[in-house]
Amino acid sequence: MRNPQLNKHGELQHLLTLDGLPRAIITQILDTAAPFTEVAEREVKKLPLLRGKSVFNLFFENSTRTRTTFEIAAKRLSADVINLNVATSSTKKGETLLDTVDNLCAMHADMFVVRHESSGAPYLIAQHLENTGRDHIHVVNAGDGRHAHPTQGLLDMYTIRHYKKEFHNLTVAIVGDVLHSRVARSQIAALTTLGVPEVRVIGPKTLLPTDVEKMGVRVFHSMEEGLKGVDVVMMLRLQNERMNGALLPSPQEFFKVWGLTAEKLALAKPDAIVMHPGPMNRGVEIDSAVADGGQAVILPQVTFGIAVRMAVMSMLGSH
Amino acid sequence: MNIHIQNGRLIDPANKIDAQHDLYIVDGKIAGVGTAPAGFSAQRTIDASGLVVAPGLIDLAARLREPGFEYKATLESEMDAAMAGGVTSLAIPPDTDPVLDEPGLVEMLCYRAKKLNRAHVYPVGALTIGLKGEQLSEMAELVEAGCVAFSQANTPILDTRVLGRAMQYAATFGFRVWLQPLDIFLAKGGVAHDGEVASRLGLPGIPASSEIIALYTYLRLARQTGARLHITRLSCAESLDLIERARAEGVDVTCDVAAHYLHLSDMDIGYFNPHCHVIPPYRSQRDRQALAQAVADGRINAICSDHTPVDDDAKQAPFSESEPGNTGLELLLPLTLKWAAEYKLPLIDALARITSEAAKIAGIAKGGHLSVGTRADVCIFDPDAHQLISRSMLKSQGKNTPFLGLELPGKVRYTLVEGSVMYDTQI
Repeated sequence: MRNPQLNKHGELQHLLTLDGLPRAIITQILDTAAPFTEVAEREVKKLPLLRGKSVFNLFFENSTRTRTTFEIAAKRLSADVINLNVATSSTKKGETLLDTVDNLCAMHADMFVVRHESSGAPYLIAQHLENTGRDHIHVVNAGDGRHAHPTQGLLDMYTIRHYKKEFHNLTVAIVGDVLHSRVARSQIAALTTLGVPEVRVIGPKTLLPTDVEKMGVRVFHSMEEGLKGVDVVMMLRLQNERMNGALLPSPQEFFKVWGLTAEKLALAKPDAIVMHPGPMNRGVEIDSAVADGGQAVILPQVTFGIAVRMAVMSMLGSH
Repeated sequence: MNIHIQNGRLIDPANKIDAQHDLYIVDGKIAGVGTAPAGFSAQRTIDASGLVVAPGLIDLAARLREPGFEYKATLESEMDAAMAGGVTSLAIPPDTDPVLDEPGLVEMLCYRAKKLNRAHVYPVGALTIGLKGEQLSEMAELVEAGCVAFSQANTPILDTRVLGRAMQYAATFGFRVWLQPLDIFLAKGGVAHDGEVASRLGLPGIPASSEIIALYTYLRLARQTGARLHITRLSCAESLDLIERARAEGVDVTCDVAAHYLHLSDMDIGYFNPHCHVIPPYRSQRDRQALAQAVADGRINAICSDHTPVDDDAKQAPFSESEPGNTGLELLLPLTLKWAAEYKLPLIDALARITSEAAKIAGIAKGGHLSVGTRADVCIFDPDAHQLISRSMLKSQGKNTPFLGLELPGKVRYTLVEGSVMYDTQI
């Protein structure tokens, strides 16, 4: 089975997941992103790399932040951007996912940025494009179910590299709802690929996937133990619908045990950075004092996210 | 018509025959094995040189999709598939629309099938009305209408008291209850085996415990009620120990596995291949091996196809949203042969799992063997030929199978039903 995100020459055809993506390509994306951070500081924030190309933001699940950053990234590359909130349109009328894709292909799309609530949906689209001989159209996974959120994983790597320079000497902790998190899966894949010697996950057993240790992580259930000596703390968002029920008794108890407070953060290295993919639930997974504190790099993450997405789209658009 | 099948290797597991024998058919019945009956003259001679002459295969789980799901498949299309697969007797699960819980419906299905004059149909009636798990179906009447057993298809009974009563009532008549073990609370929302692969792909998992817990409940209730139990479509290694223990305690329990589970594990999901979306899910490699070994040593009695034709639209969706199930009638023999070759099992033992042993479970006295005097349902196949599984070669309306593009051993050359040649690759 050929990895569907690479073309015959081993180049990036689609960006679907970081799991199994060669280290050289991840590094190439991060290197490509670096100069793009400066574009935002220019008076004319545009590059002509995707001029004349049509990028369709195909969002089957609501999202403001991710969609906006993709839109900005594509526009800074001079692409024409079309936003489709499919959650509220065609599939509700009974159109299948692939019918929607075919229709947009007929409108001469060059790139799809796809967000979908089902794991693997971008693969279905990528395979369909390949089966129908439309190799010139690229797919970027903007988050599929619990599976992957590769651009988020990449911008997190960019952020870590920005602050910590190297990966090979780091201890990184990912905290919270790993079970339902596509962000966590992409982070784990990227961190292990880039050679981080110790990746930890911290959370209650109900929020960790079965056999999570086989992804190459150390499992902790206590913040006190798991945060000890870490260089990077990556918080995950706890979805509202998971807060009360069979997975967790209450957001209050979650905060008490796994919420990141200044006190718990003090167990990490003094220069540890705190990351969060947003949007944050203050007082549930993270205390405001930490979110707004000196160790938080949450807003730089957002800024770097645009550069990383520009890098991904320009690389895909170049072949 | 008098038919002479000559020069074939006749394998009849029920009668423990594996030899070069000619087969003689008169008036739709087997008239002679090895020696022609007195005064026999053939109107048609089939040369079976290099071919195996076996009883027509018996499939314990074939969904024909009628009534109710004709856009997925019809009796006609699936009967064609059965003939191409050498399958001459089909046990039909009750999850049609409406479900097979009324004698009239069962009679209608049997009548429609009989008119098509191909495979024999043996409906498995709904254990409870509408498969809702609340009210018992009219089992005695359903048996009179043609049902051979009772099941809940893929809709387990939630109320264990109702389940116990249903088994007790069936036991009154000695009817066999067929159950697929699944605790639907543990399985809720799941689409793949709860393990490393599902975790990595972010697919909601179905833990092995969902099968084990349900199975334990069924076996314990069977012991209590004296019901004759058949466990269908096992997926977990651990289930085998439970079944052995129940047998040691005297529970009358048989079991089967679907042919594709002998070859596939959760690893085969690969990059979200929706053809690998099945319920119960393909489990670990270890589970797969344990199941394959258990069929080889007879702890699992039979192999079924779990034939579930699904239309392309329902499969061309993201993994979780795709409809579970595989087309299987035409793959039952090839997948069984492939498994037998891997386990170096004599052909006669392998064929027993899809003929004589399956016939015993479904209570089909007239099929699954080639005894003189019995109806002449015969499958003649080339065990050495390989064929590429493709959409175009599949007669089933469902083209959904993970084996598309692969070569599998065994090619059916002729299928005879009651002495009529219903499938013939020469034509």
